[in-house]
Formats: sequence, structure tokens, C-alpha cells
Amino acid sequence: MRKNLNVIAAYSIMMVLILMVGIFQSWNIALSIFNLCLISAVMTMGANIQWGYAGLINFGIMGYTALGGLAAVLISVDPVQEAWRAGGFDIVMSLWLIVVMVLVIRFILKRFEKSKIRTYSIAAIIISGILLIRFSAEPGIEAIEAVDPAKTGFLGGFGLPIIFSWIVGALFAGGLAFIVGKVALGLRADYLAIATLLISEIVIAIIKHEDWLTRGVKNVIGLKRPAPYEVDLQTTDWFIKLVEKFNAGKLSVIENLADRQAALNQLVIEGSSVFVKLCYSGLFLVVVIILLILTQKALYSPWGRMMRAIRDNEEAANAMGKNVVKQHLLIFILGSAIVGIAGAMLVTQDGLFTPGSYRPMRYTFLIWVMVIVGGSGNNFGAILGGFVVWFLWIEAAPISLFLINFFTAGIPETNALKAHLIESVPYFRFLLMGLGLLFIMRYRPKGILPEKIEIK
Amino acid sequence: MDFVNAIILLLNYIFIPALTYGSQLALGAIFVTLIYGILRFANFATGDMMSFGTMATILFTWYFQSLGVSLGVLPTALLAIPFGIIFMIFYMLLIDKFVFKYYRNQKSPPVQFAMVSIGVMFVTQAVVRIIIGPGDRRFFDGEKFIIKAREFKEMTGLNEGLALKSTQVITIFVTIVLVSLLFWFLNRTKTGKSMKAYSDNEDLALLSGIDPKKIVLVTWVIAGILATIGGALYGLDKSFKPFTYFNNMLPIFAAAIVGGIGNPFGAFLGGYVIAFSEILLTYAYKKFFMYILPESMEPNSLVQLLSTDYKFAVSFSILVIVLIYRPSGIFKGKVL
Repeated sequence: MRKNLNVIAAYSIMMVLILMVGIFQSWNIALSIFNLCLISAVMTMGANIQWGYAGLINFGIMGYTALGGLAAVLISVDPVQEAWRAGGFDIVMSLWLIVVMVLVIRFILKRFEKSKIRTYSIAAIIISGILLIRFSAEPGIEAIEAVDPAKTGFLGGFGLPIIFSWIVGALFAGGLAFIVGKVALGLRADYLAIATLLISEIVIAIIKHEDWLTRGVKNVIGLKRPAPYEVDLQTTDWFIKLVEKFNAGKLSVIENLADRQAALNQLVIEGSSVFVKLCYSGLFLVVVIILLILTQKALYSPWGRMMRAIRDNEEAANAMGKNVVKQHLLIFILGSAIVGIAGAMLVTQDGLFTPGSYRPMRYTFLIWVMVIVGGSGNNFGAILGGFVVWFLWIEAAPISLFLINFFTAGIPETNALKAHLIESVPYFRFLLMGLGLLFIMRYRPKGILPEKIEIK
Repeated sequence: MDFVNAIILLLNYIFIPALTYGSQLALGAIFVTLIYGILRFANFATGDMMSFGTMATILFTWYFQSLGVSLGVLPTALLAIPFGIIFMIFYMLLIDKFVFKYYRNQKSPPVQFAMVSIGVMFVTQAVVRIIIGPGDRRFFDGEKFIIKAREFKEMTGLNEGLALKSTQVITIFVTIVLVSLLFWFLNRTKTGKSMKAYSDNEDLALLSGIDPKKIVLVTWVIAGILATIGGALYGLDKSFKPFTYFNNMLPIFAAAIVGGIGNPFGAFLGGYVIAFSEILLTYAYKKFFMYILPESMEPNSLVQLLSTDYKFAVSFSILVIVLIYRPSGIFKGKVL
């Protein structure tokens, strides 16, 4: 108990902060912050597995998040029959072509010795394959995109409950991580960072521009929800009764019956959105707790010890007979898969998929700030980082507005400098994040909750 | 005649734009490579430092414009660039003193430097946005075209016009002058040679009496000049938007690595490699083939290898391929 005092204290402070937002701003805002904190926590756990456990630097978090989101779309949207009829055949044929291409390359790699001719012939196969696929898929893609472009214009998905996408998102992200890991893991740390960053940009470019698969920048909206809809709740009896019961004290003060009904309606509308957010919080909390248990178990298992050994001294671990390359690949896949879950959760919560919104600042670098600030190598630290940083990210604007008003209290409203500062309040969050990261790196390089190695 | 038309077409749509864009990338890539070679870290704040320098240039341009100072046909920004450079160098040295110096003295691993540079990236981005806002800014004035497409057609009687923007000529001219000066400095002067020595082997350089403080200072000064001029030229040619500058960091990194990181000449060429491959692979060659092929063989489709949406993806794919097959870059830099 005493040992974990700082963990408990840190988390209690965080909870109090969120509760204060609930009391002073509104419960809706507090819960949406809380939900996104939970999603961020999942992402930081993924990044923490890679960086904290194994010392692998992955700046491609954005790509895996987007793939998770794509999974949510492909799982939950109903298939567009017309589009399948229009161009499904061409797409399936192209997929087969890709499979054949990969198999041929594998065959060549296995069958022939490494030589210049082999390299060139593989390059030739890839280039001609890409051209072939482009020409064979082109009519199909055009036909699909022409099907009611304002509403669909894509193939749709499988029409399954969106919850499944959390697993499929993990599989997608893990699959990509396998390919990226095979290609890039041999690089030295800072080059791995650049390579993963660029690969994630390629992933985003593909998601943005392959309209037949993802609708691209036209976005997919109105995804099915795992939680009830506000509109339905507002007409459900038990929910209205529940709201009435919770607010009995407040309502009984109002004498007039019509007024009381109006007040109740208002409360029901507010309550329904809070209730939906609570449902999401419950779902996310379950995911976070399951992942936390698994990652904690892994950290203290022989496997976790091996990972730390590899992180701290690769050569020594290699000399002890540990397969460093294989373990790196494994942990790269695991971490990315967790990020993929978070990506699917994010889209599930928003109910929409907007490829244009995936930007490295928000989905890669911010997550890294979370991990570093919270404490890499320590799961509780990483989760706390997710909470603290996301909370500040959201609340930075109100805080900086308050500070600006406080320090310029004597200056009249019409002052150009003051007006300019107030106008640029949204950008203070970058300043806050940057300064926070720099200070933590300088004065507490292990993060708020540093890694503790206990032998259990 | 058709053949000349085809050549003019390629010049107008591929060669000149790629040369301009490549020059802008090359300046940024040399900046990255110098920081990497001498200070030994991958600077993730590259794009934002360039946008800071450009911002300073824009502010001075506005100031000169308000004073009524102008260079006639040339953009006023050329006058403002030296002042922008001073500001940029000042900002870089400030950051170095308060941030990077500590880690240099600690001899931190490159990864930690990279993380710190992300902190710097956040701060710089905030500073730029707070001062000048996130919007699109155009600060070009003066004569826009040297040759207009229509005039060229009338002059030569060809079907294809060749438009030559003054910003393109300025970019290419300034890049050539700047890069020649830089290579002269690095290869011929004592300070430049000691920088190279420091980059090759720090301990040996220190033993032979090279002052590391001076090396670091000179590096930041050169970096400031490159960042400001590269950024300002890009802004003049296209427009200034902080987010675009952040994104430009990625092809710049690609150029530096493709050219062999730590090797300034490689970075210079790498910029052009990236620019030309981006534009060559995403250009629609239909018109070109219409000119050189007989009518019966004219293509129906656009004859475009990749859609323009994948412009960035091209440079990144080149980078990934280079990283896998030739990690030291095409022109032999440090082995990663």
C-alpha cells in the first residue's frame, strides 16, 4: 500500500480534476474528456509496450489508429450491393493479382540466391504488377465511385456490430506492423522513427484517396453504435422515470405542472447524452482494465524480463541466446495492435470516420508526449500520462484564456495585443505541451510515475 | 514542330517546377544533414524552424511595405530575408542554450535528442501560430512573371506556352549561389574543415584543439541561414502556411536520407531526386504523347503512373526503399 501511494495520489488528483470539470463546466464535457482519456490511455499502453518495454521507437501511431478506424467502418457499415455489382469483380480480381504477385516474389526469394538479377527482376515484377493492377482495377473503381456518390460511392462493409471492429482493428494494425517491422526494424533508433512516421503518412494517403474502400475525404458518417441513441432514450419510459427519480428534489420545488414538465424534458435531454457517454465509458473502462491486467502480467513475466534485458543491452541478450529480431518484431506487432484497438474505439465513439482528421501532431506526437510525461516502462504511468495530457490538451484553452485575462486585466479590451492574444488562445495548447515535454525531459526524465522494477 | 512542343510542355510542367521545388527541398535537406552530422540528432523541429524563419521574414516584409520601401520588380521579401535570418539564428541559439546544450553536455543518446526536438517542435509551432496565425499568407510582390505563357506563344508561334515565374528564377539562382558559398566554406575555410573533422570524429577533433563551442555556434548560424532562405523561397513561390511547413519536413527528411545523411552534397542532390521523382511519377503524360506519337497511336487515358494525391507517398516510398537496400544513402553518408 505505502509503495503505491504516489500512484494512488496521482490518480486521485486526476479524478478530482475531472470531477471539478463536471461540477464547474458540465458533466457532458467531463465525460467526453474522460472517454477520450480512456482511449488515449489505450494508445499510450500500445506505445509504452514498444518504447517502455522494448525501447522501440514508433512514430507511426497515426497510421495504426487510422487502420483501426478503417476497421470500424469495414465491419459496421452495411454492404452496398449496387457497388459490389458494379465493380466488385474487378476489385476481387485485383486482390487476387496482389496475392499472386506476393506469392511469386516469395517464390523467387526462396528459390534463387541473392544476386543483382534477382533484385532487378523483383523490382520489375512489382512495377509491372502495380501497373497491371491499376489498369485492371480502374474501371471497377470508377464504377463503384459512381454509385450514388453523395451517399455511398464505396463498397461498404460487412454490416456486423461495431464492437467486433475493436478486434479486427487490432488485427489490421498488427498486420501492418508485421510488414513495417519486417522492413524497418533493422534501422537505428532515430531512423526507425523517421521511417515509421513516413510509412504512417503513406497509410493515411491511401486511406484518404482510395474512395472505393473508405470514401476518402467524403467521410463515413452515421456508424452504428454499441450504445443506445439519445433520441430513443428521450422517449423511453424507464429512462424518463430514472431521470425523474434522480432529480426528484429539484423538480418538487417547481409548483406549476407545465413548468415541471418542461424542466423534466430539459433534464431528460441532458441526461440522455450523459447516459450514452456513461455507456461508452463503461465499455472503454473494460477494455482499459483488461489491457492493463494483461500488460502488467506480461511486464512481470519472464517474457517481460527478457524484453527489458533486450532493451537495456541488446548484445548481451543476444549472447544469452535470446532472439532479439524476433522479439522486436513481436512487440512491435503487439503494441501496434493495441493502438489499432484504440483507433477503432475512437471511431466507435465519434460514430464517424474522417480520414482528413488524422494528423501526426494529434495522433503521433501527442501520444508520445503522453508516454514520456506519464512515465515510460510503467503502465500506470503511461495511462496517467494519457489522462493528464489529454486533460490539459482540452483545458489548455480555458486555462490560457483565464491567464491572459488575469495578466492583462489593466489593459482595455480594445487593445490590439490583447485582442490578438485572445484570438490565438487555441494555439497555447501546443505551447503548453511543448514546455511540459521539455520540462519533464529535463527535470524528471523518467516521467511522473517512473518505472519500478520489482521482482515478484 | 510537335517535338519542340513536347519539349516545351515537359519544361513547363515538369522540369522547371521540379527544379524549383527541388531547390527548396535541398536547402532544408542540407539543414537537416548539418544538424545531424555535427550535432548528431534528427531534428524533428526542422519544418517548424523553417516556418519561424519565414514568419520573421514576412513580418519584416510587411514592415518595409508599410514604410514604402520596395525593390521594384523584385519582391520586397528579398530585402527582409537578412533580417529574418538574424531573428532565426537568435531563436535557434536561444533554444540551443536552454534545451539542447544540456543534453549535449550529458552526452545523451540520439533518441533523447529526437524527443527533445519534438518538444521544441511543439513550442515553435505554438509561437508561430500565436504570432502570425495558422492561415494562408501571401507576401509576394513585384513582377510575377518573367515570361508569360501567352507572350511566349506569340513570340515563338508554338502551341505550348512556357511560363517562367520570377519566384522560380529567384529560387534557383539563390540556391545555386548559397550552396556554392556553403561548399566553398565547408571545403576551403579552416572553420569549415574543422566542422567536417568534428563531424567525422568528435574525440579526435577535440584532441587537435578544435573548439566545440565555436563549431556548434557556426552550425546553428549556417542552419539559420538555410532554414530562413529555404522557407522564405518556398513561401514566395507557393504561400506561407504553418501546417504546410510542418508537412514539408517529411520530404526534406527523405531528401536528406536519400542523399546520405551527414553528407551535405548528397542532401543537395537528394532534394532534386525527391522533387523530380514526385513530379515525374504523378504527371499525366497524355498531352506529351499526343505530340510525339502519330495520331493513330494517341493514348486514351491520362497516362499517369500515380494520381497526384500520392505525391508525398512517392518520396516516402523512395526513402523506404533506400533505407532497406542502401541505408547509407545513394551518395554514401553515415551508415545508420
